[in-house]
Formats: sequence, C-alpha cells, structure tokens
Amino acid sequence: MRLGSGTFATCCVAIEVLGIAVFLRGFFPAPVRSSARAEHGAEPPAPEPSAGASSNWTTLPSPLFSKVVIVLIDALRDDFVFGSKGVKFMPYTTYLVEKGASHSFVAEAKPPTVTMPRIKALMTGSLPGFVDVVRNLNSPALLEDSVIRQAKTAGKRIIFYGDETWVKLFPKHFVEYDGTTSFFVSDYTEVDNNVTRHLDKVLKRGDWDMLILHYLGLDHIGHISGPNSPLIGHKLSEMDSVLMKIHTSLQSKERETPLPNLLVLCGDHGMSETGSHGASSMEEVNTPLILISSAFERKPGDIRHPKHVQQTDVAATLAIALGLRIPKDSVGSLLFPVVEGRPIREQLRFLHLNTVQLSKLLQENVPSYEKDPGFEQFKMSERLHGNWIRLYLEEKHSEVLFNLGSKVLRQYLAALKTLSLSLSTQVAQYDMYSMMVGTVVVLEVLTLLLLSVPQALHRKAELEVPLSSPGFSLLFYLVILVLSALHVIVCTSAESSCYFCGLSWLAAGGVMVLASALLCMVVSVLTNMLVGGNASRKNPVHPSSRWSELDLLILLGTAGHVLSLGASSFVEEEHQTWYFLVNTLCLALSQETYRNCFLGDDSEPPCGLRVEQGLDGATAAWQDGPACDALERDKGHRSPSASQVLRGHEKWMVLASPWLILACCRLLRSLNQTGVQWAHRPDLGHWLTSSDHKAELSVLAAISLLVVFVLVQRGCSSVSKAALALGLLGVYCYRAAIGSVRFPWRPDSKDISKGIIEARFVYVFVLGILFTGTKDLLKSQVIAADFQLKTVGLWEIHSGLVLLAALLFRPHNLPVLAFGLLIQTLMTKFIWKPLRHDAAEITVMHYWFGQAFFYFQGNSNNIATVDISAGFVGLDTYVEIPAVLLTAFGTYAGPVLWASHLVHFLSSETRSSSALSHACFCYALICSIPVSTYIVLVTSLRYHLFIWSVFSPKLLYEGMHLLITAAVCVFFTAMDQTRLTQS
Amino acid sequence: MKDTDIKRLLYTHLLCIFSIILSVFIPSLFLENFSILETHLTWLCICSGFVTAVNLVLYLAVKPNTSSKRSSLSHKVTRFLKCCVYFLMSCFSFHVIFVLYGAPLIELALETFLFAVILSTFTTVPCLCLLGPNLKAWLRVFSRNGVSSIWENSLQMTTISSFVGAWLGALPIPLDWERPWQVWPISCTLGATFGYVAGLVISPLWIYWNRKQLTYKNN
Repeated sequence: MRLGSGTFATCCVAIEVLGIAVFLRGFFPAPVRSSARAEHGAEPPAPEPSAGASSNWTTLPSPLFSKVVIVLIDALRDDFVFGSKGVKFMPYTTYLVEKGASHSFVAEAKPPTVTMPRIKALMTGSLPGFVDVVRNLNSPALLEDSVIRQAKTAGKRIIFYGDETWVKLFPKHFVEYDGTTSFFVSDYTEVDNNVTRHLDKVLKRGDWDMLILHYLGLDHIGHISGPNSPLIGHKLSEMDSVLMKIHTSLQSKERETPLPNLLVLCGDHGMSETGSHGASSMEEVNTPLILISSAFERKPGDIRHPKHVQQTDVAATLAIALGLRIPKDSVGSLLFPVVEGRPIREQLRFLHLNTVQLSKLLQENVPSYEKDPGFEQFKMSERLHGNWIRLYLEEKHSEVLFNLGSKVLRQYLAALKTLSLSLSTQVAQYDMYSMMVGTVVVLEVLTLLLLSVPQALHRKAELEVPLSSPGFSLLFYLVILVLSALHVIVCTSAESSCYFCGLSWLAAGGVMVLASALLCMVVSVLTNMLVGGNASRKNPVHPSSRWSELDLLILLGTAGHVLSLGASSFVEEEHQTWYFLVNTLCLALSQETYRNCFLGDDSEPPCGLRVEQGLDGATAAWQDGPACDALERDKGHRSPSASQVLRGHEKWMVLASPWLILACCRLLRSLNQTGVQWAHRPDLGHWLTSSDHKAELSVLAAISLLVVFVLVQRGCSSVSKAALALGLLGVYCYRAAIGSVRFPWRPDSKDISKGIIEARFVYVFVLGILFTGTKDLLKSQVIAADFQLKTVGLWEIHSGLVLLAALLFRPHNLPVLAFGLLIQTLMTKFIWKPLRHDAAEITVMHYWFGQAFFYFQGNSNNIATVDISAGFVGLDTYVEIPAVLLTAFGTYAGPVLWASHLVHFLSSETRSSSALSHACFCYALICSIPVSTYIVLVTSLRYHLFIWSVFSPKLLYEGMHLLITAAVCVFFTAMDQTRLTQS
Repeated sequence: MKDTDIKRLLYTHLLCIFSIILSVFIPSLFLENFSILETHLTWLCICSGFVTAVNLVLYLAVKPNTSSKRSSLSHKVTRFLKCCVYFLMSCFSFHVIFVLYGAPLIELALETFLFAVILSTFTTVPCLCLLGPNLKAWLRVFSRNGVSSIWENSLQMTTISSFVGAWLGALPIPLDWERPWQVWPISCTLGATFGYVAGLVISPLWIYWNRKQLTYKNN
C-alpha cells in the first residue's frame, strides 16, 4: 500500500499517543489503599493487648477535646509564622507559640504542593497520587476514609467556610458551609471576608463540634506579587486577628464544657520565592502546624526551631483527639506531644491503635510484610504492652510501672516511625508490565519512522507501507502467539495490580495485534532496505551530497537535547537548552548569510584543499546539497541564487536579521525567568505585573497588540482585517475590565468585573476569522488551482489562532506574541526565502523556535507554571471541556502558532509540491524522538530521588506535547490532502 | 621543505601551550592566594597577556607570511594601531554575543568582558598576527577550501576549536553540582582554554597525518 509521507507520519503519531497513554497509566501508580472499603466501620477497634489477664478496655478511647477549630491558611509558609515576618505581623500567634499552651511543628507537605492533594493528605493521612494534580480543579468527591467521614458517622456536627474544593471533596458532610471560589486570583480581600463574616455568629452559637476555615487570600497574594510583597504583611495581620478572635472565644467557652478545646493552625503548602507552588523546594514544602489548647502545658522559652513532622500526621492526630477511628489509608503517625499530658495507659492505648492501623495497611500493601523492620518492632512493642497491662492490672508499683511504661512508649514511637516511613515509600510502586507494553509500541513506531526517513523525504514524498508483505503472515501470527502467551503468564503471576491485565481481552488483544503488526512492518522495511541498499550501492547517485553545517547543528542539537533529558537539572532548566540552541541556530544562520553575501559569487575556491572531512563542522560550503534526497531538486536553483536576489538595502536586512532575532530572543528571555535555579531572579514580567507599574503595562500591552495587528493584517482579506482589529481591541477591553490594564481616560477605575462580555466578544471574532479561513480553504479546493485563496485561508487560520492567543495570554506576555510574529516575518522575508532552505530544515527551525517560545511564555517543566486562569476567560463557571481546551492552547500557544506558520509558509512557497508532506513527516519525527527517549530514560530512572518532583511533571508535559503534535499533524495532512485533490 | 614547516609549526604551538601552563604557575610565585578558580579574573588577565606576548614574539621571530613589502615605519604603526582597534572590536562584539546568549547585562559585566578578552586572545590575536588587519583574508581563510598554507590551516583549526570549547563550556552551568567552576564565566573560559590547547595539539598532528593529501597553491 502506498501512503503519502504526511499521512504515514500522522498515523504513526496517533499510534504513539496510544502507547504513551498506556505507559502513563502504568507509570503513575495507584496510591496505597486499604482494601477493606466495603464493610466500612464494621470491624471493632483493636482491643488493648494483654498477656494472660483480660483487659476490659475494648472500645475506642473517648475524645480528648470537645471542640476542634481548624484554621487552614492557603500557602502559609513556615517562616511566615516562625520567621521574622511572624514576629512582625502575627504578634498574637507568636505569643501563643512562645509562651502559650501550644505545640508547634513544621509539617512537611509532599509534592505535588497543590491545594487539593494537600487537603486530601491532611484529612485522610494518605499520600495522594501524582495524577491528582491534573484533577486538581475538578475534584471529585473523596471516596476514601477520612477524618471528616469518621466524624460524620460519629455524629459530630461539622461547619465549613472557605475554599469550595472542600465542599466538592466532602459533599453532604457539613451541616453548614459557605464555599468561596479560587476563581479570581486577583481578588484577595473579598475571598477572605466571605469566611470571616460568619465567625462571630458561629463562635457564639456553639452547636457544633468541628469548625474548618480555609482562607485563600494569602495564596492569591502570592500568585499575584510573590512572598515579599507588602500585601503579605497585611494579610498575616488579618489572619492573626482572626486567630485571636477564635482563641479568646474558645477560651471563654471552655468554662461551660468539661473538656478543653483544640485550635489547629496550619497551611496546606508553602510558597516559592516567585509566589507559586507545586514543586518540592523547601519554601513550598514546609508549612507551620500549631496546635493550641489549654490542655497542653505552658512552656516558657523561645522555640525558633520547631520539630519537623509530616503533613499526613495531622489526620491520625485529629482522629485521636476527637475519639475517632484513624482513617484506614492514613500513613501518618500520631503527634505524640498532643497526648503527653494523659495517663500513661491512655498514651499507650493511643499509640497501639495507631500502630495496629499502620501495620494493617502494611499487610495489605506489602506481600513480605513480616520481614519489615517496622512490623517486627510493632510485634515486639505489642508484647511488651501486654506485659505492662498485666502488671498494671495486678499491682500498682508506680515507679516500676512508670519506667517500664516509658520503655514501651519509646518502642511504640520507634515502630510508628519505621512503619510510617516504609508505607510512604510504598507509594512508588510501578506497574512495569503496562509501562513495557507502552514503551514497546512507542519504540516500534519510532524505529519505523527512522527507517522510513530516506523514502519519506524522497522527492515523491510517498512510501511503500508493507501491510501485506509475504513474510508478514507467518511472522505476524507467531509474534501474536508469543505475546498472548506472555500476557497470560505475566497476568497470572503478577502480585501487584496491573492496569494492562485489568483491560478486557479485546482491548489487550488489539494492542498486541498492533504491536506485532508494527514489529513485522519494521522487519520488512529493514529487509527491503538491506536488499535495496545492495542495489543502490552499485550506482551511487549523489556523490557530492554532504551535510551543511546547519544540518549538522540541527542533528547535534536534537541529539544533545534528547540526551540532556536524562539529567534532572537539564530537565528543570530545559528552557536554557532551547535558548542556547536557538541562539546558536541564529549565529549559524548569520554566518550563512555572510557567506552568501560576500563569497556568494566565487563558487570556485581559490586554492584546493582536498581533504577536509575533519573540518566539516565548521566550514561547510553553502552550495553543498543537504542531507536528504529530497533536496536534490532544490539544488538546481540554489546555486545561482543568493547575490542576484540580494540587492541594496535588502542585502543589509538579510545580514542584520539574525542579529535582530537574537536581540528579540534576549529581550523575551528576560521577560519571564523560569526554571528552578534562577527563577528567583528579578524579571521584567514581575516588574510589569506589580501594581505600581500598571501604566507601563498598559502601554506595553497596547503597543504589542498594535504590532500584532500590523504584522498579521497584511495577509488577510479585508473582512478578517476588520474582524482582527475589533478582536484585538476587544482583548484590550477585556484586560481593562478585569483590571490588569487601564484606559488613559479612566486612570483609576475601581470596578472590576469578570469581563465575560468582552471576552465573548473576542471569541466571536476568533470564530469568525477561523470560519472565514476554513471557507476560503474549502473554496480553494472546489475552484481548483486558486492558489492565492488557499494561502489567504491558511493565513486567516493562523491569525485567528494569534487572536485567541492574544486573548488568553496575560498582558505582560503580549510582547511574546508580538516578538514571535516579528521573528516569523523576519525569518520568512530575509532568511528562508533568500537562502532557500529546504522543507526539512525549515520544519526543524520552526520546531526549535516553537519550543523556545513555549518557555518564553513563562512555562517550565513544572506543573505550577501552567496558567490555569486562561481556562476561565469568558466563562462564568468552571466548564470542563472548554476550560481544558483553552488552558492547553494557552500553554502550548508558542509551538502551535509556529506550527501553523509553518503550514502557511510552506504552502505559500510554490517551489516544491511535496514540501508539506516532508514537513509533516519531519515534524512528527522530531517531536517523537524526545518523547520516546524520555520514556525509556524515565523507566530506567524510576528510583531517582527527583522522580516525582522533576521527571514526572516533565513526562506529563511530554505526553501533552505529543497529543498537540498529533493534532498539528492531522492539520498538516488535511492541508496536504487539499493539495493532492487539486493537482 | 614541508616537514621543516610542520616542525616549526609544532614548536610554535608547543610554545603557546607552554605559555598557558606558565600563566598557571608563575603568578603563584609572586601573588599570594593565587588560584585559577578563586582569583579567576587575575588569571584571565595574566593568561591573555602571556598568550598575546608569545604570539607577538613568534610572529616577529618566525614570520610565517612574508607579505610586508612596504615596511615604512608609519605603515607599521598604522598597521599596529589597526590591529589594536580590531582586537578591541572583537572583544566588544564577543561581549555582545555573550549577552545575547543570556549572560547578565549589568551584573558580572567585568567577568563577561574578560571572557570576551580571553576568547579574542585565543582567536583574534593569532588571526591578526598571521593575516594582519585584512578582513578579506579572514573571510578567505574561514571559508571552505580557502586556506593557502599550513599556518592558515592550523589557525583555522585552533580558532574553531576555541569557539567550540567555549560553547561546550557553557553546558555544565545549569547542573546542580554546586561546584566553584560552574560559576559564570569560569566554565566557559576553561572550555575555551582547553579548546585552544586541543586545537594547538591536534592541528600539527592532523597536518602531519594528512601531509600527502594536502596541496596548496603556493607550494
């Protein structure tokens, strides 16, 4: 079967997406869970151990506190309370920490440090899987056991005010609630006043057992202006007064109730130096945890360095404090200071309950749990505990009992620590079988793509796909047989859960058929190549085809980038790699332009140096043919070109344009500092977004929009020109409406809206322009040979996407768009057209620039930098599908815009009819090389220290990028088809 | 004729390498606390001074190209001044390129500039010595098939290897090893130095190896 190389590449990428999906499902492990979910609360609590003598204490211990208030402040970093900021802005809290009856800790949050997984960790005590981040905004109800659920079943009345994520996580659990939304990050006063306004009433009433307050304001301030903004101080003072109000009210209430009350102040995650969160830096991970109650001992002295504990410990502690069963999936251990004041028998009872729960979880998740040191310690301390109980029940030698008791205590604490640790490490269990299946499919596709390079880049851009070669059938069935046998063996012997085994037979069989078909295709292509290679070696067609230095740079750059993905620092700082490569590309282009302009005419070198293979890297000749066969054709009109085309000022523009592009890249680079190591450096973006520089930001945004209009309008029809102008005006109005820029005639307007109308106004124009473009394309297909119309249609689609990007980009990122278009124009006019690069080179350059622009936008390989606000532009509430699509487009706007420019550029160039399919093939190949290599690297690095904080987010980004690539390839192929039908 | 030429080339190159080695050891006799990493800037100045001096001496002593027919004093002076201007210009343009590559614009400007100076020392100074302030000749040498003697051939190789060394030297900067030599611009200057030395070593050997195939117009 003959296929165009574009179609072939699109199919390959589609199969690759499937392989990556299977791989991802296997890579992100299911979290540690207790299997006893159905009979919820059926089994009785573990009785007190006793050696011989019968103990009468089999029920759950009674609660230690009557009322619990949890004040959760989003993004409260440890130094906001324990550091100098705390002393300055939170005097009451500092007083409580230093002199009051309280226990303070630093609770370490595990990455991903995003709100929803952290709430889960606090309330269930389990470690949420990484995939939870992706579902962060659309949190479904929590099914696992949690403190809230236990409290509800125990008949406690819970009241909640704050982030509505809680209401989604625990629907119908609260007797009263008021959810605030984290919808508008720019709002940081109203969102907290909506919580505080209920306080007076609720504190007076006292008909509740648990009150949870979740304040979002601090997090919003962090996102807007970072941890060093003056707003932080105000917010902390406000929080301090809230805490004082609650504490005094609780203290006054305490006289009426027999038991003391407990006040918990905690943060869900910290805040990095740029004000974002999601990764695993010290600032993001460390949160304060302060437990305040009159039951605790007042301890004098200054505690500047609180003990480090895990965030998951809160769930177990809260359960004990309220006299509840510890949540089943909790991996945390009780914070011992909380129960220190109780009689020793109770202390031991609490610790015993905790260890029993942890060891049960261990038994259910680890096959060889008996060898676990934690489990052994647990058995030993249980025995000691039994002995102690016997002694206790028989006689009451206080001295001996106390000594023995404290020994058992220590034993228990050690057991708790070990158990908790070994459970936390259990989370990283990979489903290797699914991962292998995914990897095999992806690698087979990559091999097929690589093997078909010579054929696909041939002038005809067609290749023979051996779907029914002679050896096919036998080999194919053999491989299927082997694979099914393997599948049965693996699935019957697997100990841990396996996603691929859980699939239905039909789906699994389909994947196996696909894998074996791919294998057969690879084999037959390989044989064809070997046979054909023998034939073609006899008559060497192109002896002079040598690599130009640009090709060499492209090849080395791609290889270097792929290899760099194995180092965590290079993944964190991937933007540096791309900036470096793009800069080098510009320098290479500049060298090429110089050579073309100054040495273009004397094609015969003055002196003959015969051997120069070694010097290839530096001084290859411009007139030499590029690597691929495809370029044979171009060579014809490549040689005489150059200096005839370049005359007068155009020549100087050609010489200067690489330097202009370099300067643009340097400016964009200082716009958004991204990555990890240098992320804290001051950048233009932060300067612009701070509230003092609103005027500058407005001017910059307006100029950028103007530049965008000037650059885009030249290719459009007059209707879409008008639509574009109105749309860009609408973008500015939208930004003014939500308060990020302002109009000169209304310098200090305070009314801030969601800008729904303005945004929808722009959407109408985006859709209009895209529709016009599609119409033109369809028309050009009907009226054949209307070449001009097709170019206009493609440019209109490009400009529609530009308009959408302008709407979704934050105002300080609009220069990225403007400079991007400027660079595209410069490259088109002065580099690609005069120098006559071939389609493959142009494609790779577009890809590189697209990647660089991905990072110029301020993205990084860290989930935290995804600008989620793009998903809410013009939407009243969270609607999943448009929000996801808009966020994806907003994030990948750089690569997508460069790809759409590539389509337009190649189809506007008439010189080669197969350019578009070559480009599609190259694009698919160059995108799938990194992702295929990366999954192999990640599989081999799966026990790396940074696997969760660095490599996993990058894996998600790569998966998403491949999906985008697939979409781009489909677009390419569609455009290519229209060409085929025309000709 | 040819073998003696290659021998002379080898000796001059060995002298250059020797001067770089000296620049590492001699200053520690006179200066306290001298080390390449800690007092990097001092070393940069000394090294570039040494290499420039050796290049000038070799140029005067060996005179590989006997082109200067008009040797009036004024001509020599203008030629020398022109060389100085070219050197400064190359320093500044390298500085600009480094900033375009992402070097900080304001802070560490001195460090960046000294890196530009040492890279110019490794590349521009030999060019100036060998070819003089003659842009046409430079363009000829650095285009394919443009060299006309083993001197120019080796010049091409050392220059390119210095550039490649500096380019490769930037690669370890993002790694989180926290080593003192990862600080800007130490790894790049060291890379450039190693590249230069490698070029100096490799080019005579390569020319010797390929001496049969090499044919130049002049000889």
